[in-house]
Parts: sequence; C-alpha cells; structure tokens
Amino acid sequence: MVKKIIHTILIIAALVAAMSFTAPHNSMFTIRFENYVGDKPLRLDSVFYKNALGQSYNVSMFKYYVGNFHLTNSNGQEVVSKGYFLINQEEKNSMQVTIDNIASGEYKAIRFTLGVDSIDNCSGAQSGALDPVNGMFWAWNSGYIFLKMEGISPLSKSTGKRLEFHIGGYKEPNNCIKIIKLELKHPIKQGENNILVIKADAGCLFSGSNPVDFSTLSSVTDFLNAKSMADNYSSMFSVIDK
Amino acid sequence: MKRKIVYFFCFSCCFFLLLSGFIGDNKYFAISQKDVEFHIPKGYPKPFYNFKNNKPSPSGFVLGRKLFYDPILSKDSSISCGFCHQRIAAFAHIDHALSHGINGLIGKRNVPPLENLVWDNSFMWDGRINHLEVQPLSPISNPLEMNETIESIIKKLQRNNEYAAMFKAAFNDSVVNSRNILRALAQFTGLMISDNSRYDKYMRGEDTLSASELKGLELFRDKCAQCHKEPLFTDNTFRNTALSMDSNLRDSGVAAINGQMKDFMKFKVPSLRNIEMTYPYMHDGRFRTLKQVLDHYTRKFTKESGADPILVKGIQLTEADKSNIIAFLKTLTDQTFLHDRRFADPSGHY
Repeated sequence: MVKKIIHTILIIAALVAAMSFTAPHNSMFTIRFENYVGDKPLRLDSVFYKNALGQSYNVSMFKYYVGNFHLTNSNGQEVVSKGYFLINQEEKNSMQVTIDNIASGEYKAIRFTLGVDSIDNCSGAQSGALDPVNGMFWAWNSGYIFLKMEGISPLSKSTGKRLEFHIGGYKEPNNCIKIIKLELKHPIKQGENNILVIKADAGCLFSGSNPVDFSTLSSVTDFLNAKSMADNYSSMFSVIDK
Repeated sequence: MKRKIVYFFCFSCCFFLLLSGFIGDNKYFAISQKDVEFHIPKGYPKPFYNFKNNKPSPSGFVLGRKLFYDPILSKDSSISCGFCHQRIAAFAHIDHALSHGINGLIGKRNVPPLENLVWDNSFMWDGRINHLEVQPLSPISNPLEMNETIESIIKKLQRNNEYAAMFKAAFNDSVVNSRNILRALAQFTGLMISDNSRYDKYMRGEDTLSASELKGLELFRDKCAQCHKEPLFTDNTFRNTALSMDSNLRDSGVAAINGQMKDFMKFKVPSLRNIEMTYPYMHDGRFRTLKQVLDHYTRKFTKESGADPILVKGIQLTEADKSNIIAFLKTLTDQTFLHDRRFADPSGHY
C-alpha cells in the first residue's frame, strides 16, 4: 500500500518535472506608454505648453496606434507579436500594453510600428483596436488615422482656435507609417514587476525637421499634408530607465 | 351537429393555411443555402473579394438585405441604401443625375450601380474606398447622404430585438458590432452578380443577336473595349474622358483625393453592364442618353485638354455605327439580375 502511494507520488513528481522542463515559458511582456510634452507628463486640457516657435497650446485629445512589436533578445533573436493597440491619453487602461506569448529571456531592443501597416489598411471590416467605432478610420477615404492630436492655440485661425491634427496615410508618396526602433540600456526580463516604459513626447509633433506654426497650420485632416508631421512624430519615442 | 363541427374545423384549417401562404413567411423572400452560394461565372476573372473571411449564409444574407433596405442606417431614419440603389436600375438611381440624402440634400456624384462588386479593387468614382466591406461607411457618414455614425447605428440596432436575433443567427459571436454589420452588407451586395444578359447568353451559345447588335459588338470591340474590357466591361482604371469641370460641383476626380495633378479629372471607367437602365450617365449624370455619350466621345480632343490618349487619338463613328453600338449595349441588360427576387426589398419601405 505504502509502495503504491510512493509510486503514485513519484509518477506525479516526474510528470510535473517533465512539464516544467518541456513547456516553453511563454508569458506576457508588458509595455507602458507614458505621454509627455517635453519633460512634463501630458495633462489634457488644463496645461498650456509651448511649441518650438514659442507658441502656446493645450492638448484635449492625444491617441495613436502602435503595433507589430518585435523584441530582440540577448542572443540577437527576434520575437514578433502581431496586432495593434490604440494608446489613448484619455483612457488609462489603454496606456499599458501586454503582449502574449513572448518566449522567456532577456530583451535588449524593441521595434514597433507607429500607425497601421498598409495591408491592415486594406483588409475590410475589422474589430478590436482597428474597429472603425474608435474614430480612427477615414470612412470617406479608406485608411486609418495613425495619430490624432487635438487642442487649442490662441494663434490658430480655425473656428474656436482649434488645433486638429489627424495624421495617417499608407500610400506613397504620403506614407505616414513609421517603424520605431529603441535600444534598451539595461536588458529587460519580462515579468510582472519588470515593465518596459516608453515615453512618447507629444511635443515632437510640432518640432523636429518640420516645425509647425499654428498661425499657418492648425488643421490637418487628410493624408495630403500629413507626411511632414509624420516625419516629426517618428522621433517622439524613447525608453525611460526606471 | 358533430359533422358540422368537423366541417367547420376543416374549413377553418384550409382557410388559415391559404391565408398564411399569402401573408406569413413569403416564399418569394425566403433565402436558401443555394441562394447564397457564390460561383465565378464562366469567363469571369478571379474576384478581389472572395468571401474567404465572410462566407455567405442565408441568415447573414437576410440580415444584410434588411440593413440595406432599412432607413435606420440614416441619421433621421429617412433614407436607406436601397433608396438610391434601386434594383430595377441595377442598383443605380434611375433618372437621377446626383445622389440624394437626408433632408432633401443633393450629393456631388451620380449613384453608381451595384453589380459584380467582388471584381472591383476600389470603389466610388475616384476609387477612394479600398475594400467592399468598408464601402458602406462612406455613404453612412457623408453629411450629404445618410449623415450617421456607425457608433450610433450599433446602438440603434442593439435596442432592436429583431436585429439582435438576426445577428445571433448570422454570426457565431452574435455581436452587434461594426464588423458584423459591414460583413452582412457585403454578403448581400457581394452576391449582386450580373452574368445573364443577352450578351452573356450569346457568348455561351444560348441566344442569338440581331445583325445590328452583332455589328455593334464588332464596333464596340474595336473602339470601346480597350477601357470597357469584357466580360466585366471595365478595366478598373481611372481616366480623363475630356469632360469639362462642372463650375458648381468643382469635382476634379482622383486628383482631389491624392493631390496629384496627373490625376486631374480622372474618374473610374464604369462597367457598361445594364447601362440601358442606369441613365443618366457620367460621374455627374450630365448625359441623359447613350447617344449623347457617344457624341461626346467622337469629338476632337487636344493633348492639352488632359484627355486620355485614346480620346486624343480620336474615335470615329458614323451615326449608323452609333446606333449599332447602342443596340449592342442594350444586350447587356440582364433581366435575370434586375428581377432577381433575392435582392428585392422585403420590408415594403419603398
């Protein structure tokens, strides 16, 4: 009898051990996006910021698509996670992205798409982050808005002194899709307490290679004028070392 | 007495059976599995939309049909898709030059017919819509058409028990969301296939054409088929047909969409199937008759006008040629399609 019990215990133990050896340690990898303007955390509506030309503005809406994350581990191997997330300053829950089924290991670099790949702009009705109900799809001229920033500037010539920048477009020569590559200073191991924090500087939209003057440009709502602003926002991400 | 009761009972049964045949679930509107099977007609190319992720089912098709004919898709519940897209006109708006919208608003373009849509790789006169499934979002949100949002439509449909049941029957996830709305509509519009005109029957050896129609076909192949390519009668390109820009509409075609002057006044080459029923013609409905269209194409155009090289080279047609071509074009009228009961409005809204 005792023998039987010992046998059973041994078999179970062997099974558990085998399972823990063979099952790949696929788990979640968490990335938190933190939106800033310059070195100050972004606050909607209440705070006025200054652009590169010293013109004041506030932000009432800031959202953008990120997706297709590629993580490079210490051995130089890359793991890929398809799919998109809509980062929306207004919704706290949207700021943290968890990527499923990432093999265990240490990661030293990350690459992702800011926007939506061209194939996913032409794939018909979609759900989840790409559902048109999110207000990020141009119904009149098919394609996703990759980044939406709205606010107010005293210098704006638009009604209500509004700023309205809807940036998107997947076709050349107005392709606004940007691939963001970031090095991680300290390799990161995925796990609950090990979150990668990526800073997004909303102010970059108006600075960089094509500084925006709100008195002459307060509204971009199609992809024709979006390209130069997309060139600006391609540099808005950096890794925060915590 | 007993016998009387039995007679009365039998009589009532017969009466109700008869009545239910007329009113209840009318056979005319019933959709079977066979009704939603998709076949590529003989000689047609591979479609762009192949229903791979959206296999038509009777319940999906019936939901799409209900949505297509339901004015609930417009802001004030006054206008449905079927309002402008009439079955008898191959789903164009017969005798209307420009589209209509809520509050009597007039749009900026001629309503295109809906036929053989799965072979289209872009939609609208300027090709700005890139996929059959997202096409309805454009008229839905256009302030001159339905002026509604998909978010609001979802809320209206979620409140409606009949729709809730229909979504449940049509889709595994049962959800009333934008994807299921758009996919149901694509099942309905994607199956609008015209392949049984007299021309098609002639090509299959099932019918004959008159001498005039045959002469017209020969002329058509020589003078028109370069753009209006058989069997779909379009090559899906965008071309400048030397039409002057209307001073009110100020519609510059594809150039207004991509900002490129090389595409100034370019519009999609439309299919000519059922062309007899889709008058008036051109992107702004400026020509009432096919004769007017042919008269336009036989004018002289300079290179500077920006007209397509084929038109600059010139198309010569005698008056007799024109009537023969028109006789041929009328063989593209597909009575089977125009009277296909599957696409009829079961609601009686219009």
